[in-house]
Amino acid sequence: MNSLTFAPLAPIFPELFLAVAGMALLIVGVLRGNQSMRFITQSTMFVFAIALFLLIGQEPSNEAILNDMFVQNSFTYYIKAILIVGVIASLALSKQYLEQELVIRFEYPILVLFAGLGMMLMVSSNDMLGLYMGLELQSLSLYVLATIRRNHVKSAESGMKYFVLGAISSGMLLFGISMIYGFTGSTNFDVIGATLIEEVSLGAVIGFVFVLAGLAFKISAAPFHMWTPDVYEGAPTSVTAFFAIVPKVAAIALIIRLLFIPFAGISEQWFQMIWLLSFLSMIVGAFAGLRQNNIKRLLAYSSIGNIGYALIGIVAGGDAGLASVLVYLTLYMVMTAGVFGIILCMRVEGVSVTSISDLAGLSRNAPWLAYSLAILMFSMSGIPPMAGFFGKFMVFEAAMQSGLYTLGVIGVLSSVVASYYYLRIIKTMFFDDPAPAFDSNIDFSRRLVIGFSVLIVLVFILKPSPLIEVSKGAVESFFS
Amino acid sequence: MEFFEIGLAHYLSLAAMLFTLGVFGIFLNRKNVIVILMCIELMLLAVNINFVAFSAHLGDLVGQVFTIFILTVAAAEAAIGLAILVVLFRTRGSIAVEDISSMKG
Repeated sequence: MNSLTFAPLAPIFPELFLAVAGMALLIVGVLRGNQSMRFITQSTMFVFAIALFLLIGQEPSNEAILNDMFVQNSFTYYIKAILIVGVIASLALSKQYLEQELVIRFEYPILVLFAGLGMMLMVSSNDMLGLYMGLELQSLSLYVLATIRRNHVKSAESGMKYFVLGAISSGMLLFGISMIYGFTGSTNFDVIGATLIEEVSLGAVIGFVFVLAGLAFKISAAPFHMWTPDVYEGAPTSVTAFFAIVPKVAAIALIIRLLFIPFAGISEQWFQMIWLLSFLSMIVGAFAGLRQNNIKRLLAYSSIGNIGYALIGIVAGGDAGLASVLVYLTLYMVMTAGVFGIILCMRVEGVSVTSISDLAGLSRNAPWLAYSLAILMFSMSGIPPMAGFFGKFMVFEAAMQSGLYTLGVIGVLSSVVASYYYLRIIKTMFFDDPAPAFDSNIDFSRRLVIGFSVLIVLVFILKPSPLIEVSKGAVESFFS
Repeated sequence: MEFFEIGLAHYLSLAAMLFTLGVFGIFLNRKNVIVILMCIELMLLAVNINFVAFSAHLGDLVGQVFTIFILTVAAAEAAIGLAILVVLFRTRGSIAVEDISSMKG
């Protein structure tokens, strides 16, 4: 019998640390009540920073631990690092907003912590059981976060919609997992992969369709996107920022892992499905965004469109395609963090406003904010020399190299259509008659996030190679 | 007597029917949010039948372990669903499905 040592558990240390720290912070919160919110928010950011150091301190290996349930390779390593940075950024953005909106609840940072933990676990899982538990830990925390502003009609409503559609998607995912288990005899990714390469059974393909439909809900790819605009609009803006920055990256990473490890044997089948999801998401994201007046709703459609572009890279496949997805998602995260930082500043006399017309005349009232938002919007619409251009360029290049001409052309056309609503925001800020000025008290951490985001978007052109190299290294684990 | 023997196919059909009922219940129901919560529960239980049937068929315990985990998560999910429902009722004074429509577009 093996003696109990902790050394084999080293790859899971960041997650273990987060789990223990989360429970400790929960006890602090219960004992000291809501006035400890500020302390707990700062501690959560600190805890994530330590988790990042624990993560960086280890060498990624391809070996699975805990009965092949958990794997820490270069891909999960990279994804987890950007997830942690995204969580820290979204907490930094939300601190002042929560105090202004009187959502002073110590549960908020702790729920963010558990959502982050769930995402890290699901990205690293090497077994359907681990995947499901991680996904549910994430989703259950997110349902509560969307509803956290309890006295507000829209927040409660968005929470309910998110909960119902999220629960349906979990149900579909589970049904798919049960079919795959039945027809391959295992829930382990490697075993499923080996079985499906030898022989493809119809039951397993049906199961896969259900799994993909369930996950498409989570990344809000069209036609499974119905919940996104309502949840983005109704949830408190800091929660919307969190939704936009972090969970989708985790879910896309999970989809990549699923497609290239257990379902590599049925790539002919999934190719068509992802193709269709990508196609529809780009179209819906571009055209439905045109008639939005609420900036949070607009960004919901923008995120649907962006998921479509990221999926192009998955369809293209190969290391160039997957690396382009990672670059795209990383840059998208950076831009979204900055955009939401500015949206969180949209307050007139202590009341937050979210209509696009409220931005009118921002260039005169708050030129720094206006120029930052303009740079980010140019980047979102993919205009060089901003960083967003390179993300799109890499994705389309990968599509062209693998002969996906239709998808590439649709992508370029829909990004032209989508640039209408990004440029409309710039036009409103610079050329319309001024609306009432925004409150000018913006705390340091939010300025920092906006500043970093704009800086990265601007200087990415000078040295794009580090991110591209790291992304290429990260996806090597699929092809070794 | 082979026709009357209950085999894997029967369990799978039962689970598929229950699952479909759950999904249709969610989308066709226009009255009450609690019915939606019940339908979600029905979907998860249908999946459990699937898992247990496959587990017995394959002679493999992983399916039953999975079932226990699903039951636990379903309980947590029901608790959160009901909590959100209470919040919704407090802000709106109604839990009718057609009243949950302040956001559109």
